[in-house]
Amino acid sequence: MSGLIVEIRDVHQTFRISAGTFRGTRPLRAVNGVSLAIEQGEVLGLVGESGCGKTTLARMMLGLLEPTAGSILVKGRPIQEFDRLEIARLLQPIFQDPYSSLNPRKSVGAIITLPLRVQNDPRPETWRQRVEEIMTLVGLQRRLYNSYPNQLSGGQRQRVAIARALINRPQVVICDEPTSALDVSVQSQILNLLQDLRRELGLTYVLISHNLAVVEHMATRVAVMYLGRIVEAADTDSLFKSPRHPYTQALLQSVLTPDPLLGVPDAQLGAAYPNPLEPPSGCTFHPRCPHAMPHCSAVPPRSVPTAAGHVECHLHDDAQGRQRLAS
Amino acid sequence: MSDILEVASLAVDIPLAAGVLHPVQGVSFSIGRGETLCLVGESGCGKSLTALAIMDLLPRTAIRTADTLTLNGEDILNAGEGRMSDLRGNAMAMIFQEPMTSLNPAYTIGNQLEEALLRHRRVSRRDARDRAVMLLEKVGITAAASRLRQYPHQLSGGLRQRVMIAMSLMCGPALIIADEPTTALDVTIQAQILLLLAELQKEFHMGLLLITHDLGVVARVADRVVVMYAGQIVETGTAEQVFAAPRHPYTQGLLECIPIPGKTRRGANLGAIPGMVPTLIGDIQGCRFRERCTFAMPACAADVSFRPAEARDHVYRCLLTPAECADNFHRKVPA
Amino acid sequence: MAPPQDAATEGIVVRAALADGAIIEPTPATLLRRRVLGHAGLLVGGGVLVLIVLVALLAPWLAPHDPLDQELARKLIPPIWHDSAKATWTHPLGTDGFGRDYLSRLIYGARISLLIGVAAMLISGVIGTALGVTAGYFGGRVDMVVNFIITSRLSLPVVLVALAVVSLVGNSLWIVICVLGLLIWDRFAVVMRSSTQQVRNLDYVAAAQALGCSKARIIIAEIMPNVANNLIVVATLEMAHAILLEAALSFLGLGVQPPQPSWGLMVAEGKGYMFFDPWLVGIPGAALFALVLAINLMGDGVRDVTAPERRN
Repeated sequence: MSGLIVEIRDVHQTFRISAGTFRGTRPLRAVNGVSLAIEQGEVLGLVGESGCGKTTLARMMLGLLEPTAGSILVKGRPIQEFDRLEIARLLQPIFQDPYSSLNPRKSVGAIITLPLRVQNDPRPETWRQRVEEIMTLVGLQRRLYNSYPNQLSGGQRQRVAIARALINRPQVVICDEPTSALDVSVQSQILNLLQDLRRELGLTYVLISHNLAVVEHMATRVAVMYLGRIVEAADTDSLFKSPRHPYTQALLQSVLTPDPLLGVPDAQLGAAYPNPLEPPSGCTFHPRCPHAMPHCSAVPPRSVPTAAGHVECHLHDDAQGRQRLAS
Repeated sequence: MSDILEVASLAVDIPLAAGVLHPVQGVSFSIGRGETLCLVGESGCGKSLTALAIMDLLPRTAIRTADTLTLNGEDILNAGEGRMSDLRGNAMAMIFQEPMTSLNPAYTIGNQLEEALLRHRRVSRRDARDRAVMLLEKVGITAAASRLRQYPHQLSGGLRQRVMIAMSLMCGPALIIADEPTTALDVTIQAQILLLLAELQKEFHMGLLLITHDLGVVARVADRVVVMYAGQIVETGTAEQVFAAPRHPYTQGLLECIPIPGKTRRGANLGAIPGMVPTLIGDIQGCRFRERCTFAMPACAADVSFRPAEARDHVYRCLLTPAECADNFHRKVPA
Repeated sequence: MAPPQDAATEGIVVRAALADGAIIEPTPATLLRRRVLGHAGLLVGGGVLVLIVLVALLAPWLAPHDPLDQELARKLIPPIWHDSAKATWTHPLGTDGFGRDYLSRLIYGARISLLIGVAAMLISGVIGTALGVTAGYFGGRVDMVVNFIITSRLSLPVVLVALAVVSLVGNSLWIVICVLGLLIWDRFAVVMRSSTQQVRNLDYVAAAQALGCSKARIIIAEIMPNVANNLIVVATLEMAHAILLEAALSFLGLGVQPPQPSWGLMVAEGKGYMFFDPWLVGIPGAALFALVLAINLMGDGVRDVTAPERRN
């Protein structure tokens, strides 16, 4: 059951953004040195807000984008050594928007058959039957085979996307906000489906979401991203019970549980939201951190191992920090 | 304390090729000064159309009817477009979901803020500008004076939404209608914006109609809650009543669907509401939820009226008694 | 975030399904057929175009005379609706300055106009679409190069270049077609480029990439079907454009050569008699107008029915 499927080593992705006519380009460090190891069978939750780089990281994991630095290993081999069909058999995505993740001109059957077609799957006479089997597995009625996406609801479309991703039995499924665009009642259906499928097919998930309640429910391990780096990683229970990084704490505080006796929490983050094109110096979180110390703006924190994972914060690194924590 | 907004039996009908669509049927509620009312439901329940109906911003083909629709005592049901145009942005303001598209990208923030005031009041541009600066600072935007010269695309989503809030306050409205104001924003920004709305509401003593599908937002922010399903109100009460003791099976179903850190067991299946929203075209009878309800009875096929739960101001539209409902809920969600 | 809510349109209708999940929204094919049948412009324009195509195809059977048959004794007979002793049913639309039957020339002229319109449209369509889709899909340097090519083409005055080429190389029907085809592809390229860019970033393209689809397959199977409606609209416009250009070239004497009955040439030949026998110019002019109008109506109609949200 265990074993590393995907290993991400100090991966960077820098885009060049035009700085204006005749002014050349500026770098946008979407992913700024991320290291992650994904074990078989786990559900890794990747949380962060917009601009943190989680979607860019997902694209690199899928082989859709080549890192500008660092390496990604899949089952021990560098991802560049795989051809695109091999990668497709191992890693598959599920996207957020069910309305744009299906080709509107293709029928459901054609969409779900495409993976078999691309892989030149032998015995095409079995394709229809296999497509119908997976449709049943994800809870779609067989008679929808000839329907088109515009005839389906959001939940049904997301099921089609799941069927498409799973028909070739990949090992890792990267779910990028799989339920954010769905209604609450449909969301729970899809989440239950994802959990059942994981058990039945032995899948490994990377679950990208900004919804921490969903992540807490589904993930076994969580990594928190901020401006292109992982600022904290831990197993789910530890992260939610005792978050170490001030950003994680603020995130968790901001989760609005349906408790009418509580009001809206004030995470004291300040209004300034960083511009990824001009990241703050030192620890990129320092302008918003309620516990910032003088040297936080000068020295970037290094990754410190903790009992449950690791954290990047001066508060947990040096004596001064620890003193501040204790006070 | 007179109500700012009073709505009684509001209905919207839209004739289509396939028949007449009834996206809003018999909606009644009222909002008092300083009160926050949340209209919550999933897509297709009619909550956004209700807001548009109140503002009279429905599509041309839609037909709006109501027994009462008053703003500060003034009838806005039969008011002409001229009067409504005077009231919009003035006595009642609306904040939309998508801050990217609700600000005009061709004009500066300052220009749009000032126009919002100058349209309704005879003041000098300098006075308008001063008020804009004051409100921008109030919504937490630093260096407000220099921001006036910025264009919407130069601001982040959270800042844009703050500008929208400031713009809605320019004329000192009595009522603000916010349609999913934080859905497109990040989690940390969402909390800030909601806090801001609450503060401003207290300070300016306004009524706030907040439309959302996010139950967490509703619980934390609402004074009163209106739960809508398939165009009808299915439950109304204070936030505490509806969340601590939900009575309608749909409300209960919704609450069972959401994962709550610390409460829902990891790996266990979440509750689910089977089936899909029914069609809203043509003559519809009976409880709209009956095809998805675990407790449906033959009697549900006839129209169901409201009944009170334990407290008089907590009502729900179901044939089951409050005790039966409470029982059902506790069986599924142990306290 | 809940899915987009369309206030008054079929959007809400079709997203509200019956309780057991049955589909009430019709297939895209049915929807399209409904919209087509309800669009007056499309039906009228398409109908007239089909009529003209049929006339062109059945020319040998429809034309009462040989369009090239000259008989000077019969020259300048007015059309049947003229109050004149000379008008006769043998030549319902009269004859031209060489005694050739105008109705027959008109019918055979339809062939030339349509042939040029369709052929030039196809050539320019292939060139423009290839350039535009490539630029839209690959972006970056490829896009820059294609943009440069498009800009260069846009800076050429089409009619002058066509004239120059034809006068150098000589004019036959096929030279005219090639020249036009190589000159009017710019709108194809521009529209296909922007349509491709819009589709390129959608999730289903990323999903196809993640499935291991080759670039060719993605372009042909995922992108092209979704930009096809724009392609059709531009194709109809460029067909009309080509027909008018040919008429202009022929009028200037550098298009189709006499005695072939191109409508533009008929206008040119009738120019000298314009004040005394205006039908010589009026009839082919009206035919050109009808054809181009029909094509444009059809193009508008295709645009409307394939993208109803653009209708106002």
